[in-house]
Amino acid sequence: MTGAGREKEGAAPEPVLSVERLSVDFRVAGEWTPAVRDVSFTVGRGEVVALVGESGSGKSVSSMSVLGLVAGSARHRGSIRFHDTELLGLGHEALRGVRGKRIAMIFQEPMTALNPVYTIGKQIAEAIRCHEKVSAAGARTRAIELLTKVGIPEPERRVDSYPHQLSGGQRQRAMIAMAISGNPEVIIADEPTTALDVTVQAEILELLRGLRRDLGSAVLIITHDMGVVADVADRVVVMKEGEVVEEAPVGRLFAAPEHEYTRRLLAAVPKPPPPGAEPVAEPKPEAPKDTTLRVRGLEVEYPGRLGRKGFKAVHGVDLTIGKGEVLGLVGESGSGKSTIGRAVVGLARATAGSVEVCGTDVTGLSGRRLRAFRPTYSMVFQDPGASLNPRWSIGDSIAAPLLVNRTAGRAAAHARVAELLEQVELPAQWAGRFPHELSGGQRQRVGIARALALEPELLIADEPTSALDVSVQATVLRLFRELQDRLGFACLFISHDLGVVELLAHEVAVLQNGRLVEHGPAREVLANPRTEYTKRLVAAAPVPDPVEQAERRRLWREMAAA
Amino acid sequence: MRRFLLTRFAQAVLQLFAVGSIVFLLVRLIPGDPARAALGEGATEEQVAQTREAMHLNDSFVSQYFGFWGRLFQGDLGTSLLSSRPVMQDLPNRLGNSLELVLVSLVIAVTLGVLLGRVAATRADKPADHALVAGSIFGISLPVFVVGTLLLMVFAFLVPILPPQRFTTPWQDPVAHLQILILPVVTLTAASCAVITRMTRAAMLETLSADYVRTARSKGLAEQRVIKDHALRTALLPVASATTVELTTLIGSTVLVETIFGWPGVSSLLMSAVGQRDYPVIQAVVLAVAAVVILVNLVGDLVVRALDPRAEEA
Repeated sequence: MTGAGREKEGAAPEPVLSVERLSVDFRVAGEWTPAVRDVSFTVGRGEVVALVGESGSGKSVSSMSVLGLVAGSARHRGSIRFHDTELLGLGHEALRGVRGKRIAMIFQEPMTALNPVYTIGKQIAEAIRCHEKVSAAGARTRAIELLTKVGIPEPERRVDSYPHQLSGGQRQRAMIAMAISGNPEVIIADEPTTALDVTVQAEILELLRGLRRDLGSAVLIITHDMGVVADVADRVVVMKEGEVVEEAPVGRLFAAPEHEYTRRLLAAVPKPPPPGAEPVAEPKPEAPKDTTLRVRGLEVEYPGRLGRKGFKAVHGVDLTIGKGEVLGLVGESGSGKSTIGRAVVGLARATAGSVEVCGTDVTGLSGRRLRAFRPTYSMVFQDPGASLNPRWSIGDSIAAPLLVNRTAGRAAAHARVAELLEQVELPAQWAGRFPHELSGGQRQRVGIARALALEPELLIADEPTSALDVSVQATVLRLFRELQDRLGFACLFISHDLGVVELLAHEVAVLQNGRLVEHGPAREVLANPRTEYTKRLVAAAPVPDPVEQAERRRLWREMAAA
Repeated sequence: MRRFLLTRFAQAVLQLFAVGSIVFLLVRLIPGDPARAALGEGATEEQVAQTREAMHLNDSFVSQYFGFWGRLFQGDLGTSLLSSRPVMQDLPNRLGNSLELVLVSLVIAVTLGVLLGRVAATRADKPADHALVAGSIFGISLPVFVVGTLLLMVFAFLVPILPPQRFTTPWQDPVAHLQILILPVVTLTAASCAVITRMTRAAMLETLSADYVRTARSKGLAEQRVIKDHALRTALLPVASATTVELTTLIGSTVLVETIFGWPGVSSLLMSAVGQRDYPVIQAVVLAVAAVVILVNLVGDLVVRALDPRAEEA
């Protein structure tokens, strides 16, 4: 199944959708600014074409142009042909006939892409009824059939659910049900799995693959994840700064990337070890002497609203991190990994157990004593855009911990900011700049600099690179590793990306529903997982190598079937 | 939902109870003897004693308090010191007249405001939008008494299309009633309509660029349906919340409008009562208006709740 399209590599099937010399400009402050320049590619019947690139590469704009869904004042030039129909400049009514019926779309974030005030059944029925004359009851029956087809359990009940009552994966399945309601010839999927956990991602990609097989629809998938590309694509179009830089069948692209940018993109992806690989002897940092963090029997319960039962996010977790060690904490969303991080720094209250940082139990500390202890540890947050005050210069943000804790006066803080900026490889003169003047990667460097300002013994990093592009992620991770080597702080590194954890962590702890299910040296756990859960997690993570990914996919299917 | 209904009703009852208690205390907190204060300087001892009796001021504080609630539950709001008539004889009619003004204005303001807001949002940055935004600034910034007086001057005197008439109920003469209803309603509507127009416009500008609106377009829905069923429908959530607040403002403005147009609502009752220190009437009017505001907020919350399925679990 995986190889269905791949065996015929090279002999491209007859194109259904062809984009030729497409240029899209946006009007920004009265001037036309190009977003996409002379982009050409085709999607053949029943083919899966991946459009890859980093944020700002124009991949989303190109795909949105197909159905005329680009927001704002945009100017299109070139041609987008669907069979023999020119879609650019097509009238509203004619375009409406194509939208949803012949070409359908799946969007990135199903929570926002579905209307929160209507049930999913109504939204699917609406899609059916705007193209066919069907009674409301008939459309509802069809909606239930579609929900069954995309694998939503209890479709008769779920059809009346609102989007917020479904899990992320189910929402995306509902979105897919809506997209296939008109049996479209082309499905455009814009980052369909980016907002999902790896295990859910694997299921959704499997679903898309099955639909391609059953309906014969062609799929244009837009993604930045080379693992996803290796998993599903037949052909790949690589975009950079609004232009296509390379186009090749998936096997050739990964085996022999021609363009320098493609090579860089591939090199930047952190790769988890192949399943069943020999455990590599872990170069442990010299025999653990001191323990920086010792968490014992930690429980965190979020209180329920008046008179309701609370929600227990963490159940009796034990963790230790030695001096200068990095512990990777992995698990799916909702597994409690972020809550543990928050409990360690005192942002969430531990309801039971103890958190010892450098031998002091911080759960019992409060007020002045806790404040005196705070400089021992610090935190790097997930979204650097949201965790830096937009009205403060980055110098002020970095200096804040120094001034708040009165460890330095204004002048000393100023000097320290310059030093810190250089440590994270940003020019010291940038201290006066504001977050919006920086790129995502640069902002996260500032986040790291701020966390390091007080020379903490322990750093808690909560998904610090998950909001970044792969190539940016790679440089931030390299920097983080160098800093960790040099400064020797211990680190609790929270991530859902096994590749990233493998790269940085000495030890890894796997969480499921607030419980620790596996714990050990990183390489060993990831290469030879002992528990079912970890095995599934490892198997679900796609690797940027079509051959190896096909093998992983086979293993994943066996596991899913078991 | 049931849980929400129960707690929300309990809250409303508590609020009513608190308002009632405050109203009760209000009279008792007046320095000196409220009966004497009500009667003024020249009152005889006999009159004062009589009034004290009528206001139940001779009982103990506790029994006064329970008596107050007890009579309230029997629909007895006391007797006007001025007219010696039970307050319940005048209040319902007056309250009805005021509510008519408020509700008619509200319905028009919401309908028109949502409509204009939709027009402005879908034509953002075009002439129609600019005109509406500019117009709404007038509506918002002109005080009710200015608009009311201007309208009265223009349409009742300069161009007497709607000359002042004696008040007639809709049962006596529907046409005449409608004629006298127009100017006060227009006055009241102006400000609220402008506020709702702006709210709708802002909310819709946001929902129009929401992901689910793009999804609706990608399904092949006609643009008008995308706007009505998706962008406008979700934009109504914040508009509904704002309308509840706006309604409270509207009730406040009614006092002025009634005075300007000589509308026999609660405000003239209240004005004369305040002037004459007719405490039982003041108490009754304050209680009635507070009860209306509390009820309005309750209904507003329920409407918002019904519009937003997400609120159920939160």
